[in-house]
Amino acid sequence: MDVLKIATAGSVDDGKSTLIGRLLYDTQSLTDDKLEAIERNSKRKGFDYLDFSLATDGLVAEREQGITIDVAHIYFSTRRRSYIIADTPGHVEYTRNMVTGASTAQASIILIDARKGVIEQTYRHFFINNLLRVKHIIVAVNKMDLVDYDQSVFDKIKADFEALNAKSSYVEQEITFVPISALKGDNVAKHSTEMPWYNGESILAHLEHLKPEVQQDSAMRFPVQTVIRPKKDEFHDYRGYAGKIYGNSLKVGDAITVLPSLTQSKIKSIQFFDKEYSEAVAGSSVTISLEDDINVARGDMFVKSDEVPQQSKELLASICWMDGKALVPGSKYEIQHNSNRILAKIDSIQGVVATDFSGDKTDAGKLTINEIGQVRLKLSKPLFHDSYEKNKAAGSFILIDTQSNTTAGVGFIN
Amino acid sequence: MSTILKPNALESESIYIFREVVAQFENPVLLFSGGKDSITLVRLAQKAFYPAPIPFPLLHVDTGHNFPETIAFRDKLVEELGLNLIVRHVQDAIDEGKVTEETGKYSSRNILQTTTLLDAIEEFKFDACIGGARRDEEKARAKERIFSVRDDFGQWDEKNQRPELFDLLNGKIEHGQNVRVFPISNWTELDVWNYIHTENIEIPSIYFSHPRKTFVRDGLIWSASEHVYKEEDEQVLERIVRFRTVGDMTCTAAVESEAETILQIVEEIKLSTISERGARIDDKRSEAAMEKRKQQGYF
Repeated sequence: MDVLKIATAGSVDDGKSTLIGRLLYDTQSLTDDKLEAIERNSKRKGFDYLDFSLATDGLVAEREQGITIDVAHIYFSTRRRSYIIADTPGHVEYTRNMVTGASTAQASIILIDARKGVIEQTYRHFFINNLLRVKHIIVAVNKMDLVDYDQSVFDKIKADFEALNAKSSYVEQEITFVPISALKGDNVAKHSTEMPWYNGESILAHLEHLKPEVQQDSAMRFPVQTVIRPKKDEFHDYRGYAGKIYGNSLKVGDAITVLPSLTQSKIKSIQFFDKEYSEAVAGSSVTISLEDDINVARGDMFVKSDEVPQQSKELLASICWMDGKALVPGSKYEIQHNSNRILAKIDSIQGVVATDFSGDKTDAGKLTINEIGQVRLKLSKPLFHDSYEKNKAAGSFILIDTQSNTTAGVGFIN
Repeated sequence: MSTILKPNALESESIYIFREVVAQFENPVLLFSGGKDSITLVRLAQKAFYPAPIPFPLLHVDTGHNFPETIAFRDKLVEELGLNLIVRHVQDAIDEGKVTEETGKYSSRNILQTTTLLDAIEEFKFDACIGGARRDEEKARAKERIFSVRDDFGQWDEKNQRPELFDLLNGKIEHGQNVRVFPISNWTELDVWNYIHTENIEIPSIYFSHPRKTFVRDGLIWSASEHVYKEEDEQVLERIVRFRTVGDMTCTAAVESEAETILQIVEEIKLSTISERGARIDDKRSEAAMEKRKQQGYF
């Protein structure tokens, strides 16, 4: 079945967990034992309503503090498709986890408290979705029950958000506004009778019809993960290149170039398990054989010969910094770009980007945790890459701290 | 031959993860319990490396309280696919005095598995342990990364997890650390069953309806076995049951069921109002039972 990946974003107490709980509840995805646990713990805490955050906040520290610290993945399904929701934290200090959650999302739900309207946190949430180029955005104006389901409140928030969107350079983004009450269930999975002035769909109905973007208009990229060489007599000369296809599809007979060696060959066969295919579309994890016996290793990338990406020993990228140790010019990191790892040196930080769409850049000597900056990197070897805009897989990378081994930052190539 | 491959997104993602493990680690192992999730992992691993054999061994941490059907199935699978199976026994850790057997009404060897697992990791110097945990199972597991770093004590630092972005999996670790890898993180119970059905994968007989000697405690159906503590007044009856998960006998409750085929199981799960782990006695110990076990190195 079709799987849709969604991320949620919202400030503390905007009701993200309640919204997710409501979606689970209204789609009959909460089993009795889980519901009973929520009822029992809600009662124990003295609440007169069901605290759905108890279903999503999986860590003791989260339940103690009543906040979401790290991404939780929540699953539910309807007859139409399966959903995976990355429930991401709203706190500024957990921006890195929000980026983590949104990185694989095909759609995002941004929550706004109807009483508070568009606030600085909203800017940040929307900015991150923009940066990651999440195409489908649902702006859920929550707690409409607390403003008497007043249309003018909703209209004002919608106008404010649209003004924000006007400053964004990502014009293909599709934004839908839905007035909801997650607590009462208005316009979450069912159309609300409280807001007759709203003619649009409920959040769930919108998700059901949403066609996720596949970057099929972007060039085919096939990073080689591993080389398969069976040590069996019947496959004595077999050499298969295992990897996942990104961008466009791949056909037998396609003329390809192997990067970085620039060796030319043709696709001899596309295999998936014990079957062969003439063509495979993006998202397929396949094994490929080439017409020619050439030297290919992990970290190499196959591209179609008429779609060779740019090559450079320098990169300019937006980087979201995720490590407690600040990013400073002159420091060295390992860069992981698909299956390829090379050393990178931070050449300069061109500025910390304000996440309020003002376009302001602050000159800074460093990039600290949860900041987003424009950074120039020098590479130890030339890297074939796309801009993130053109190809998400070949346009993104992570920076690995060579001492702690942690993933210290994520980059989006300009 | 003019067929176009349109991938099953979940299967394709899992295969990608398996290939990253083999490329990034020197000494991976697949943690195999004989349950449906680890059986699914075996099929996915076969697909990831075909026509080469699965390039890592299987490790079974045997509590000694397993269902005999599961052990028979395990041995048959290993034989048929020519897999390399390592078995380590919880009983050995008990005999060596490393762990103490629990006593009383809720005694179980489930928690004791952790010591045996950590010992095996050290013995074989495994740097990646592939497991069949799914994020939909339990709320602490919903927080789990696909590549989850454990320190040299096997501990999970849940508040300081490595960010995981796009398909970029970072498996770099210090000597002594290991990574727990969860290729079917994004699958649900129903996804697993549907896959077992479409792929026609064989599973142990205890998943299907059968008569069994059982007793009821705390609303759960327990297997009446020499390994399971039973009070005098707890009455043993033969019931028609099946198991929804396969742990050891002391922590896995049965459900009453008539399901004899995979399709009937799928239908039953769709209609069920109880979660998969609702029949796991080990999760009932406290609100944070799984999180606590994971912090100590449990798989």
